Amino acid sequence: MTIADLYSMMPLIVIAMAPVVMMIVISILRNYEVIYGFSVLAFIVAFASLFFTGSFLPRSIEPLLIVDVYSLFFLGIIIASALLVTILSHDYIGTLGGVKEEYFLTLFTSTLGASLLAVAGHFVIFFLGLELLSVSLYILVAFQRSKDTSVEAGIKYLLLASVSSAFLLFGMALIYTGTGTMQFAGVASLLKGSDAIAGFVSVGFSMMMVGIGFKLALVPFHMWTPDVYQGAPAPVSAYIATVSKGAVMAVLIRFFFDIRGYDSRFFFVVISALAILSMFIGNLLALKQQNIKRLLAYSSIANMGYLLVLLLTGTDKGIQAAVFYLISYFVTTIGAFGVITLLSISREETEKIDDYRGLFWTRPWAALVLTLSMLSLAGIPFTAGFIAKFYLILEGMKAGLMLLIIVMIINSVIGLYYYLRVITSMFTPGDDAGLPAISLNGNMALVLITLGILILGIYPGWLINIITRLVSL
Amino acid sequence: MILAYLILILLAGSLLALLTGRKGNLWPRVISVAAVSLDLVLLIIFSSSVSGTDGKWLMDLQLEWIPRFGISLHLALDGLSLVMVLLTLFLGIISVVISWKEINSRVGFFHFNLLLILAGIIGVFLSLDLFLFYFFWEMMLVPMYFMIGIWGHENRTAASYKFFLYTQASGLLMFIAILALVFVHESTSGTLTFDYVQLLGLEMPAAKELLIMSGFLAAFLVKLPVVPLHNWLPDAHSQAPTAGSVILAALLLKTGAYGLIRFVVPLFPSASAAFAPVGMGLGVIGILYGAKLAFAQTDLKRLVAYTSVSHMGFVILGVFAFNVIAYQGVVMQMIAHAISTGALFILAGQLYERIHTRDMDQMGGLWEKTPVMGAIGMIFSLASLGLPGLANFVAELLTLLGTFKASVLMASLACLGLVAATIYSLRIVQKVFFGKMNHEWEIADLNLREKIVSAVLVVLVVALGLFPRPVLNLAGPAIIKTLDSHPAQLTGLPDSGKSAGNGKTASFNQLSGMFKKH
Repeated sequence: MTIADLYSMMPLIVIAMAPVVMMIVISILRNYEVIYGFSVLAFIVAFASLFFTGSFLPRSIEPLLIVDVYSLFFLGIIIASALLVTILSHDYIGTLGGVKEEYFLTLFTSTLGASLLAVAGHFVIFFLGLELLSVSLYILVAFQRSKDTSVEAGIKYLLLASVSSAFLLFGMALIYTGTGTMQFAGVASLLKGSDAIAGFVSVGFSMMMVGIGFKLALVPFHMWTPDVYQGAPAPVSAYIATVSKGAVMAVLIRFFFDIRGYDSRFFFVVISALAILSMFIGNLLALKQQNIKRLLAYSSIANMGYLLVLLLTGTDKGIQAAVFYLISYFVTTIGAFGVITLLSISREETEKIDDYRGLFWTRPWAALVLTLSMLSLAGIPFTAGFIAKFYLILEGMKAGLMLLIIVMIINSVIGLYYYLRVITSMFTPGDDAGLPAISLNGNMALVLITLGILILGIYPGWLINIITRLVSL
Repeated sequence: MILAYLILILLAGSLLALLTGRKGNLWPRVISVAAVSLDLVLLIIFSSSVSGTDGKWLMDLQLEWIPRFGISLHLALDGLSLVMVLLTLFLGIISVVISWKEINSRVGFFHFNLLLILAGIIGVFLSLDLFLFYFFWEMMLVPMYFMIGIWGHENRTAASYKFFLYTQASGLLMFIAILALVFVHESTSGTLTFDYVQLLGLEMPAAKELLIMSGFLAAFLVKLPVVPLHNWLPDAHSQAPTAGSVILAALLLKTGAYGLIRFVVPLFPSASAAFAPVGMGLGVIGILYGAKLAFAQTDLKRLVAYTSVSHMGFVILGVFAFNVIAYQGVVMQMIAHAISTGALFILAGQLYERIHTRDMDQMGGLWEKTPVMGAIGMIFSLASLGLPGLANFVAELLTLLGTFKASVLMASLACLGLVAATIYSLRIVQKVFFGKMNHEWEIADLNLREKIVSAVLVVLVVALGLFPRPVLNLAGPAIIKTLDSHPAQLTGLPDSGKSAGNGKTASFNQLSGMFKKH
């Protein structure tokens, strides 16, 4: 291990150090604002260190980590999203009773887990990252100890995540049995050799897909999603929908491309089936939801289904489209949950769609952000979601995945209906239900998100250029 | 740059209207009128300074947008789009003026949406990049959905959903078709581009061409609308506020017609020629079915909405007749229909403001109370039935003349539509203004603002009926260029049995001459 290796791990080191420092600080002085300020600062430093790291890439730290531009991009997305979630959490968590400094600490440990997934080149890191992420999330989901649904969601998540981890481990073990290696690259190189190994890998990867499918909330492993999204504090739901899923997507894409899964007929069918099911079930179940958090949960299921399409393209261009899609989806989702979070401060969560009646007239600014988020999720021009969907469809069609693209188009139309429902309820006359005022802090985050959605929607050329120039596997 | 400014001014105006909406209701209205008028003035000044009768683009602007995908901000203006943009801006001003008293809540947001729709429509008429075109095509939807959903009548929510879902679903099909077209082009030429000019003249297998074209058709035929796909229209039109109905009927439907002429016919010459019999058939069905349903309505706005279906039948009939005369008729029909139907919706709005119903059974005998309104209603009903001397007559005559050359059967059937139009148009006048008074309404006649709006429309519909030449001259070169290399032109339609280019120019001159004589 050289000093350059160490430099290339800079962002990870920053994220790993931060919770240690926080623990020490908490033991000396328990102050919410200090811890919050420190988290924001640490995330910013971690983000800045990405640019510093850039000059040492690509670097593979044998045998565990691969730090390349691809992982750097995902690290960037993860850290930026975590930062946004942190800012949005400030007022929400601040008004809860009891100790709450540990919230930010746990946010860091889970972000560390997510970051490990982005650089994983070995099953050990894969599993370690995933567990670190999950265990931290159990705590975050159940953070509102006084609320029944929050605790229920935490336990549900704990039980199901453990089961899925078992599947994942079993799958890894099977692949190890077949190939004798736990490195992605090693598996890939052995795979070319014999059919027996291919058999082990097929079964092993299918098992792993159960675990991964659970994390990504793909149908039929999606049952936990609506309950957890509903029960968890709104900023945590945002975190699960974005950081947790994005990180798992990062490792899935890397592994899938390493073993060239898109060439195998079997994997092709498996992934297609998961994608189609997720799109249809996610969107259809979202139609009748009365709770906006559950609605967003189902919408996230569908969105992950869309993303799986890109997995099957088997090209760098497909990955680039996936990165763009994730960025846009993250901004949008955090925007939607951000509004929910900021309107749920020090009251029972504003989670019924009917709670948002008349928001257009009582809170035009919050309504605007939520509307933009919904339009972006629906893929309407002027928003990031439009360009992202376009990019996805473009690459999907280029790769000849017509069936999946058509299914996706059908689903876009179905999805439109429930996104419109949210918007419609916002301009349906209603009385001000005593929603809290939004602080400067929260407004700042909303401004950032709004700018993100609009800039990516109107002038995305620069980002697409950066992505196509840099991102490849 | 002027083309980009046209859109930017409207966008800036919309934001300004939204922001000043808090200050009072007058600001957004004034800003909207100012923004649209500024556009109109700019366009007139600049378009009169360029001459381009040879069928080239009058103005052309290309800026880089997403170079990675070969997408650019390519806007261009020719005679056809100039006519459409002028129409859009003119009706834009009318829409603001007629909402002056009708819209009293959320005035800022209303005008924000209104200007955004206008910007989207103008974008559609100017785009020469297929991605940009789709961008604007979709951009019109959201503000229109807000307009119907917030300021509409009793069933507004359902109507706004229906409108959105129909147009979005069909739009996505077009999007897929656009991408497919672009990929076919990439595979033959090696460059990825969404530019219309480069995509023109692309050779592809017939089956593929037909498939890709059907994607475009889906979007345009829903928007137009053509009969099996027209279901969204009566709801959206009747539930929208007056300005919304006017914009829907007068402008949004025209984007479908424009799309057929600008994109479907030139991009898919042989497939569109093959589709022609079906297209004309759909046109005839639309004409007759729309007329029949119009006759069955008691809701005034629904009635007018169905007349749109009928009138738009002439458009698709003319488009698939593939000759210059029919196309001139189509362009005239777009304008004439925009004015006459817009005026009828305005009339329905004025009645609704006064008696709060759209049910014609509640009306009757209103002429005594409101003679001016009655006269206006009479004029536009007559325009709608195609009375000679009014713009609609010219339009329908030309369309039928052109169609007759292409298919005698279709033309004859379409003529039946004129009879039906007489029945439903006169029924409006009969049920609303004549007959016995069903209610003792105490209502005022048109005020000055309303009179001015109506007068302008009347003058226009008469003027275009008597002197349609300016419009024909303006749109002529663009139309000739569109049809120039079209296979339907070369395969022995009576219109152009002679050699290629000269034949059409000749028939165009003939046509111009025909109107000179009047």
